[in-house]
Amino acid sequence: MTRGRTKSRGAVERSLASLVDALEYAFYAEELAKEDGLLQKLDPRVKIVAVLPLIVIAALARRLWLIAALFAIAVVLALLSKVPLATLAKRVWLGVLTFTGLISLPALFLTPGQAIYRLPLLGWTVTAPGLRAAVYLITRAETAATFSVLLVLCTPWSSVLKALRVLRLPIVLVVILGMTYRYIFLLLRNAQDMFTSRKSRIVGRLDGPEKRRAAAASAGVLISKTIQLSGDVYLAMRSRGFQGEVFVLDEFQTHWFDWAVLALFISVALVAFWFGR
Amino acid sequence: MTVPIFEVRDVTYSYREVTALNGLNLTVMPGQRIVLLGANGSGKSTLLSMLDGLCFPEKGSVAFKGELLAEDRLNGEVEFDFRRRVGLVFQNPDVQLFNPTVFDEVAFGPLQLRCPKEQIRMRVTEMLEELEIAHLKERSPHHLSTGEKKRVALASVLILDPEVLLLDEPTAALDPKSESQMIDFLVSCSGGRKTVVTATHDLDLVEDIADYCHVFQRGRIVAAGTPSEILNDHALLLSTNLIHAHRHAHSPSEVHSHPHRHGHKH
Repeated sequence: MTRGRTKSRGAVERSLASLVDALEYAFYAEELAKEDGLLQKLDPRVKIVAVLPLIVIAALARRLWLIAALFAIAVVLALLSKVPLATLAKRVWLGVLTFTGLISLPALFLTPGQAIYRLPLLGWTVTAPGLRAAVYLITRAETAATFSVLLVLCTPWSSVLKALRVLRLPIVLVVILGMTYRYIFLLLRNAQDMFTSRKSRIVGRLDGPEKRRAAAASAGVLISKTIQLSGDVYLAMRSRGFQGEVFVLDEFQTHWFDWAVLALFISVALVAFWFGR
Repeated sequence: MTVPIFEVRDVTYSYREVTALNGLNLTVMPGQRIVLLGANGSGKSTLLSMLDGLCFPEKGSVAFKGELLAEDRLNGEVEFDFRRRVGLVFQNPDVQLFNPTVFDEVAFGPLQLRCPKEQIRMRVTEMLEELEIAHLKERSPHHLSTGEKKRVALASVLILDPEVLLLDEPTAALDPKSESQMIDFLVSCSGGRKTVVTATHDLDLVEDIADYCHVFQRGRIVAAGTPSEILNDHALLLSTNLIHAHRHAHSPSEVHSHPHRHGHKH
């Protein structure tokens, strides 16, 4: 979509388009989670126990070479798990760089120490400790975010829910999370269809109050559909024996491969922890 | 004397000002395959919900195997027993598929009815294979086509092996191939011991899956008979909006109209 057309859209429509984009990304992530890669093959519990220490060590490491080594491990893991580096660059690295770059910008100039560069025109001085602090912040954030996103991209949502159950989260909470994820797709598709259908019948431009009225009317219809859907879903659950307490199957099986990879990851984490003290 | 599976007596039900069922009477005998024929809004889906104990009459009564189906009686062990015996496949499969994966969805019913977990795993696998959806078991319902969703919804009910199967528009919104597959499944699963009540306005389905038809209009049964008796009564089908007058031209000067039904039988 062109920038000009984007500008002409209302705020609600823009928000909806962003949400649909996010959902498309969720679909893409689920497809990635089904790939035959290294992380995808692991039991979700093993995956969390294996990757979580690496995230913590990357966030706390005090040596730049160690952070770089952990980042390299994350990249190798991405390749072995068939996660395209372009996706990581677009979805993670660029965003983290922008965000942490902005946060660390003042540190470049305000941290006292040896001056290494003076900005032309402004005359502000970049200090060596300031630059080191900024580089540490950005590389730690990039590495930790890469591990975290790999964990999410390589685990199907249904396995995340089951892992949450195993981690003793209340079953009702897990079921509500699962149903929310299931139906938010349906409701957003409905909302998108409503906006598209309205747009197809409008000639010319609506003014502000008209846009707000149309958005309020659409929101009302959507709420009414949501209430109807929730009532129908409850009846469908009741029809199959639900009486207020949910019973579910937990099916996790660890194999020698899971234990071998877990041992490898824990060893890497211990070595990294030793050198990163 | 054989006790009817369902006995509906003078039932009335309304949604605010809209009357859905209006003094309805119906008897369903064990092993019968019944079709409830009617246009949209004629009250078929409301009756199915009532037969499944999901809503209750304002006036009149519904009995299941001689026992009154009432809100205050349908709970605890009585409800478990009823849910094991009666299964409803909803018209909109999205309503019925609320679990994260197809496997979880099919396992939901037996789990709520406290069946042993090992037995559930085995039965779910068998059921998925029987309905040719084993390859979808790890998929999330929002990734499925309408035909696949309908089959998963059917599997999620059939796994309980209910004595009575209630089907609401089982072939609605299906492409021709999925429709044909669904009819095959319905014919195979309704052959024999199960009592099957199907609500539909798809006339092509009737002869394959029914021994007897009830025609609905504005919350009442206006006619009943064998599939051939009902399907050959064009005046009845026209008056109940199950077929419509269709105008077409054979030449620029010759235009005529005749009763018309959609769908093709080969």
